[in-house]
Amino acid sequence: MGKNVLKRIDLIFKHEDDCHEVLQKTLKRSDDELINELIGSGLKGRGGAGFPTGLKWKLTREAQGDVKYVICNADEGEPGTFKDREILATVPYKVLTGMAVCGKIIGATNGYIYLRGEYRYLVKDLEAEINKFHKICDEVGLNFRIKIFLGYGAYICGEESALFESMEGKRGEPRNKPPFPTEFGYMGKPTVINNVETLAHTWTIFKYGAKKFRDLGVQDSRGSKLFSISGDTPIPGIYELELGMTVEEFVEDFGDGDTKAVQVGGASGFCVPRKKFRDIAIGYQGKLTGISLPTGGSMMLFNSSRSMYNVLHNYLEFFAEESCGQCTPCRVGTQQLLQGIKAVKRGEKPAAYLDKLLSLSETMKATAKCGLGQSVANSFQSIVENFREEMIY
Amino acid sequence: MALLQERVKELVAKYGRSRENLLPVLQGIADTEHYVSEYAMQLVAEEMGLSAADVYGTATFYSFMETTPRGKYIIRVCKTISCFMKGKNQILLALEEALKIKLGETTPDRMFTLLETNCLGWCHKAPAMLINDDVHVDLTIEKVHQIIREYKQKANN
Repeated sequence: MGKNVLKRIDLIFKHEDDCHEVLQKTLKRSDDELINELIGSGLKGRGGAGFPTGLKWKLTREAQGDVKYVICNADEGEPGTFKDREILATVPYKVLTGMAVCGKIIGATNGYIYLRGEYRYLVKDLEAEINKFHKICDEVGLNFRIKIFLGYGAYICGEESALFESMEGKRGEPRNKPPFPTEFGYMGKPTVINNVETLAHTWTIFKYGAKKFRDLGVQDSRGSKLFSISGDTPIPGIYELELGMTVEEFVEDFGDGDTKAVQVGGASGFCVPRKKFRDIAIGYQGKLTGISLPTGGSMMLFNSSRSMYNVLHNYLEFFAEESCGQCTPCRVGTQQLLQGIKAVKRGEKPAAYLDKLLSLSETMKATAKCGLGQSVANSFQSIVENFREEMIY
Repeated sequence: MALLQERVKELVAKYGRSRENLLPVLQGIADTEHYVSEYAMQLVAEEMGLSAADVYGTATFYSFMETTPRGKYIIRVCKTISCFMKGKNQILLALEEALKIKLGETTPDRMFTLLETNCLGWCHKAPAMLINDDVHVDLTIEKVHQIIREYKQKANN
């Protein structure tokens, strides 16, 4: 622990007070030039899904529609993630600038920040920042306005189409895709929806050029990434690190010397047991790195005093509560997995019942309507397969 | 009840009648009433030209939208994994002791309601809880008693 093998990066939280200049300078460049810069940087969505940001902006720009929207997804609900809150609390102007530049490129004059209800205490300061930023927009001659929309305690609303539904005053239930938000987003209009951190990275790219960002990371996983680190670690907190590190390197820096597993990507991510630390890297799929796990940045460490059954039980309770209930595989599947592991633990079902549950999770992955139901299998399978004994005894 | 009608009218006038303003209107009611009753939902439906079923559907979807009477201060203790690992059960016991109620209940004077919630985004400072919009982190049993004492004083003044 505490070996400092990983280089600490300081881009996102570096305070810079030249918002006016950065916006003015960026707006002078052509839309094509800016999109190419963004695509060239290799920036991918930092919420976890990893869609190339430049491409998203390009598609929305090309989409037909007189009204378009820019939305900042600040519904940070994945267990173990807390970086977006810190960005909005300390360097909100970077996010606002990213939204405004995006608005100019795609032809949108309105932007929204969908802020989760749990972060409501941020609203006052954030509104003051937005008002300051509106004045800057006026000064540089950009017609762009940003509003906050407050969520109200629903994990599923972090899913982009559920978020649109929520903003439209409906139940936050995901839509069928396609059509994708680039064509049919908020109010049925072409919409760019980006994670808070993604927008903050665009500041770095527009201010310093794509190279500064691209020089960090490996292969297809370019740039730095914020990691929210919690659990059994002596130094929990938010750290900006390069993509491409192995879990082993990560544990050397952040483990407590007794790390038995690391949950990469929160409850919807993967559990990596000690014996696989060396084989697994953090980032998007890349040739050099072998198996890579994408992540929104949630890293939870568990030491040998933890029961992985308790961990899985906690995740499954979470999913069963947060499932929107719209599609059967997720609504019933999450309940069955939870009841199933309890029954095995109590000895009411034989150990082989776990295999049935594994196959149920596989069915959910194939048939659930959205990412929530599909990703339950990630943590379920990686915990049950690697810690089977703990599930039974 | 007339007061509630006025409140609904005022909120709808502030945000607008179109459907995308439904959540802010409901949030506004919850802010002053501490919950949204079925009667309030009906008033909102009439005022915004929606069906009562639509309003009910939206209102009951969101976990922070309380639809039964709650206390002035709603306490939500995070129960997700990092807080669970750092002893949220002890925090819950301390709160039950300090408030003399069980999880899910409201104090007889309607000051406090004790609930659990999913990840609050303070995992590095676990255990954490919300009291209305205010965040309390790095909780200990002593700290919980101290916080509740302060809120009780605030409530009495």
